Amino acid sequence: MTAAAEPRAPLLEVADLARYFPTRNAFGRRTGWLRAVDGVSLAVWPGETLGLVGESGCGKSTLGKTVMGIYTPTAGEIRFLGREIGRLRGRERRQVAGDLQYVYQDPGASLDPRWKVERSLHEPLLIHTRAPRVEREERIQAILRAVGLPDAHLDLYPHELSGGQQRRVGLARILTLEPRLIILDEPTSGLDVSVQASVLKLFRRLQESFALTYLFISHDLAVVRAMCRRVAVMYLGKIVELGDAAGLFGAPHHPYTRSLLAAVPTIGGRRVTPEFSLEGEPPNPRDVPSGCRFRTRCPLAQDICAAQEPPLRPIGGQLVACHFA
Amino acid sequence: MSELLSVRGLTVEFATDQGVARVLDRISLDIGQGEVVGLVGESGCGKTTLARTILGILPPGAGLIRGGEVHFKGRDLLREDPSVVNDLVRGRGITFIPQDPWSSLSPLFPVGAQIMDLMKWKSPRREAAGPPASGGWPALFRRYPGARRRADREAVLEILRAVQFPEPARALSRLPYEFSGGQRQRLMIAMALLPRPDLIIADEPTTALDVTIQAQILRLLRALVKERGVSVLFTTHDLGTAHEICDRIVVMYAGQEMESALTDVFFDRPAHPYTRRLIESVLSLDGEIQDIPGEVPSLIEPPSGCRFHPRCDYATRECGARRPDTHTVEGEHHVRCYHPLGAARPGA
Repeated sequence: MTAAAEPRAPLLEVADLARYFPTRNAFGRRTGWLRAVDGVSLAVWPGETLGLVGESGCGKSTLGKTVMGIYTPTAGEIRFLGREIGRLRGRERRQVAGDLQYVYQDPGASLDPRWKVERSLHEPLLIHTRAPRVEREERIQAILRAVGLPDAHLDLYPHELSGGQQRRVGLARILTLEPRLIILDEPTSGLDVSVQASVLKLFRRLQESFALTYLFISHDLAVVRAMCRRVAVMYLGKIVELGDAAGLFGAPHHPYTRSLLAAVPTIGGRRVTPEFSLEGEPPNPRDVPSGCRFRTRCPLAQDICAAQEPPLRPIGGQLVACHFA
Repeated sequence: MSELLSVRGLTVEFATDQGVARVLDRISLDIGQGEVVGLVGESGCGKTTLARTILGILPPGAGLIRGGEVHFKGRDLLREDPSVVNDLVRGRGITFIPQDPWSSLSPLFPVGAQIMDLMKWKSPRREAAGPPASGGWPALFRRYPGARRRADREAVLEILRAVQFPEPARALSRLPYEFSGGQRQRLMIAMALLPRPDLIIADEPTTALDVTIQAQILRLLRALVKERGVSVLFTTHDLGTAHEICDRIVVMYAGQEMESALTDVFFDRPAHPYTRRLIESVLSLDGEIQDIPGEVPSLIEPPSGCRFHPRCDYATRECGARRPDTHTVEGEHHVRCYHPLGAARPGA
C-alpha cells in the first residue's frame, strides 16, 4: 500500500491481527466470543504518528495492548523491527519492551507513591539495561530536562508534584529506555483544553528530540488531527478507513468517518443541526451485524451490505471499507 | 429579561489540611427565563461548586458559604427555611443532571422503581406539603396516593418517549446496568424534566460520552428545554460543546467569573484576555496547538486582585491590587478586566 511511497521498512507491521475474548455464562461455560479486534492490518513507519480513532468499545485499546504484548493475539502477526513478536515469551519478549513502550491515560498514576522520583526513573534502566550507576544518572538527568523538570525533582515523592509534573515524570520513565515506538493510549482525555495543548506540545517536542514514532490512540478527532500524519478509523474491531490525515479529514469517504466528523462540536461552525445523520449507538460487539458492521447505523445501507463484508480498497488517497464509497 | 436565578457576590470556602481554599470568590451570575447559560472553565475553577451551592448540596461541614445571595423566583435560597427549599425548590423548581449517571442510580433497583420514588416526592402533581406537622408520621412513611401514582406513571412513559428511550414500558423494570452510557444519560434528562422544573443544572452531562452520542444528547436536550421553556445552567470545560448548546456563556477562572456574553459575541469578540487564550487553546480540526503559559493557581494562596493576572499578557500593577469591577462592553456583554481587548480582533 504505502510501501511505494516509503523507501524504508515499516517499524511496526500488523497483519490480520485478531483478538477475541470468550464470553461466559453464569456457570463459566463459554457462550461465544467478543471479537474486540477482528482482522486488522496496518503499518507504522519510522518517525510518523499514526492516529487510531473510534468510539469507545471499538477495539482501539485492545489493538494497542495486543501489540504491546499485554494480550496474546488470537490470530495474525505483529512484526516489530522486522521480527514477529506476537508469540514471544519471557526473556525474549522483555528484550522487545525496551524499544516498544505503552503510555496509559495518566502516566503519572503508574508511579509508586512510596518511591522518590529518582528511584522510579532508575527502575526501568535496572531491569532492561546493564548501565552503571553514573551512566544511568546522566541519562536520567538529560531526560528530566527534556520533559521540562528541574533536577531537584529527583528528590521528591509523587504526591509532592502537581498532576502535570507527575505526568512528565511518568513520560520521562518511559523515555529512559530510549524506545523506538510509543503507543499513546488516550493520552489527553479528561484534560482541560489548555493543559491538553501543553501536553500535546510536549509530545511533539519529545518526538523531535528523541526520534520517536507514535501510535496515537484517541477518541478525540481534533487531537488526532493536530498530532497525526496518517489516521486509521476503527469501528467494532475493524478498520473502516485509513489514510493521510489531510485527505481523511478533508474528504472522508466512509459514511462512518463522515458522521464522526460531523459530530465533533466545533466553534464558529455549525450549531446542533439536523444534518448529522448518525442515530443510535454501536451494536454490542458480542453480536456484530453480518456483512458490513456499520450497516445498522448507516444512511447508505442496502441489501449488499448485509450480505457481503466490504474489503478495504483504495479510493482517492485512502483505503476505505465500504460498498458505496 | 426577567431573571429566574440571580447569584450575587457568592463566596464559598473549603477548609483543607493546607489551609482555607476560597473556591468561589464573589461570583455573580444571572439566568433568564428559558435561557441556556453555559458555565465554562478549566477543572478546579469552581463550576461544580457553584452548581452545588445553588442546589444547596455542598458537602456538609466542608463547604462554607462566606457570603452572597442566591435568588430564585423571589426567594433567597441561602436564607430560606431549608425544609421549604427542599420541598419546593430542590428537585422541583431546580433539578440536576449529573456528569456520571452511574453514581445517581442505584444498581440494585429497577429504574422504574427509582423514577417512581422520585415522583412520589417531586411530582408536579403533588401539592406543597408545607412544614411537617409535629407528632405525625415521618415524611418517609407517607403514602403515595394511587390516583397520582397512575397519572405520574403516564407522565414518566410520555417523557421517556420524548427522550427517545427504546421500549419505555419494558425499560422501567430493567436494572441500570442493562443500559448503555448514552441511554442512562437520556434517563437522567428524563428525570430532570419530570418535576417540570424552571431551571435544570446540568453538570458536564456529556463529558463521559462519545462524540456521536454526545451530539445526539445535546440536540435532544436543547430541543426539549426550548420546547418547554426551561432554563439551563450547563457547566462544561469543552468550549465546542458550549458553542453548540448555549445561548449565553459565562467563563470562570479560579473561582471568579471573568466574562459573560451571548454565544456568538463570546467567540467572535472575546474581551477578556483569559477568554481569548482559552478559545485559542481549543484545537480546531485544522488547527495549530496553542497553550496558556503558566499553571492554574492554588486556591489556598490565590493571586490577589484579578486571579488571572500572573498569566496575563496585559497585566499592570492595578490588576494585582484590586479585582476589577464589571465593565459592560455592550448590551449583554460584561467583562471583569481593566484592559478589555478592543472590539477589533484581527481576522475575526
